Amino acid sequence: MDRTTIDLWVGIFVALGVAALLGLAMKVGNLTSNKIGDTYSVSAAFENIGGLKPNAPVKSAGVVVGRVADISFDAKSYEAVVTIRIDERYAFPKDTFANIYTAGLLGEQYIGLEAGGEEDVLKNGDKITQTQDAVVLEKMISQFLYNKASETDSKADAGGAKSDAKASGEKSGGAKSTELGDAPF
Amino acid sequence: MKSILFNGPSKLLRGIGRRMIERIWRLGAGARLFFLTIIYSGESFRRFHLTLREVYFTGVMSLLIIIVSAFFVGMVLGLQGYNTLQKYGSSEAIGVLVALSLVRELGPVVTALLFAGRAGTAITAEIGLMKTTEQLSAMEMMAVNPIARVVAPRFWAGVISMPILAALFSMVGVLGGYLVAVPLIGVDQGAFWSQMQASVDVREDIINGVIKSVVFGVACTMIALFEGFDAPPTAEGVSHATTRTVVISSLTVLALDFVLTSFMITV
Repeated sequence: MDRTTIDLWVGIFVALGVAALLGLAMKVGNLTSNKIGDTYSVSAAFENIGGLKPNAPVKSAGVVVGRVADISFDAKSYEAVVTIRIDERYAFPKDTFANIYTAGLLGEQYIGLEAGGEEDVLKNGDKITQTQDAVVLEKMISQFLYNKASETDSKADAGGAKSDAKASGEKSGGAKSTELGDAPF
Repeated sequence: MKSILFNGPSKLLRGIGRRMIERIWRLGAGARLFFLTIIYSGESFRRFHLTLREVYFTGVMSLLIIIVSAFFVGMVLGLQGYNTLQKYGSSEAIGVLVALSLVRELGPVVTALLFAGRAGTAITAEIGLMKTTEQLSAMEMMAVNPIARVVAPRFWAGVISMPILAALFSMVGVLGGYLVAVPLIGVDQGAFWSQMQASVDVREDIINGVIKSVVFGVACTMIALFEGFDAPPTAEGVSHATTRTVVISSLTVLALDFVLTSFMITV
């Protein structure tokens, strides 16, 4: 076979390979969507971060504005200190609220920022003071079961104290609604 | 009676021991050929058109089998993934499933297995036949180093071709999965790509896949070269060597894949 023909084919082959790699990086991978320009970092302390991982998204109003850079443990206050990098284009007030949310019922966890009303904005190295911990599913379930149990207890008490079944039903109904109001979720 | 009882197991043990020693000897000889290949690579790079020629025969000629099988693998992944994911009401995640399984595992591994069957056997048979017809000895007589002239260009051609083929495999496989998921099944196109982009990391997934395929390229090509170089100079010897190339390459690729994956995935 002619040497120039072979060179041509090998050139096409290598070009195809480079195109495939670029296609993988651009279309399949996160090379284009993960781009955050210059950032400033802010820290926030949480009592419980649940399953939050480094590089998790930081969203405000559902838009990704930054990423979790680092998670460490403060041995003095026994809190988790989360360092987040926010895109420099977005300034947040000093009293911004940081929550840990879960995407969907079982999805990954992310930090949601809710802007406050102050004039001063967060700068590099600042600390977000108002935080809300991750919702731990086990805690929620145990709280729910506890409430349910106390509800049936009160129902049983009401049934035993009053002979009128209708009145006890009304009472327990009232108790139920107040308990639901007290419930943390 | 006693001699049968004693001789049977001792013969068995001797047989196992001999095979073990032969395997270890072959491993050492293979490693020596590998180092010689690296040492004489500079000499072969000076005549780079030899390597390009081998890239044509091992890489370009493997394009068809790689692209066709990647297409089918991607389409099967799309169908199977949809079948399971829709039970959990998350059929949009099909893009993630197809892309991650192709980029991380199937792309490099299946490419290496196909490469061993398509190009590895050809290398072994060619070199084995060169040895049988005493072409290698003739080169040495003419003061041409057969490792620099024959082995090194084929080695580098394999190492260059494998990542390119694996990247093509992954890309074509993703397109095959897309074809099944979006036009055929009716998964939303935007969700297909955006969920894929949200979960596939360039460094963690794509670059690691490329590293895997480079390692597989070194392993597959080296095994094929050594088997050809080591083949007994008979028709039977060459045929056995060709068979061994496929068997050993496949097992090595699968074992190496486990080792590499355990390094790459931090539990």
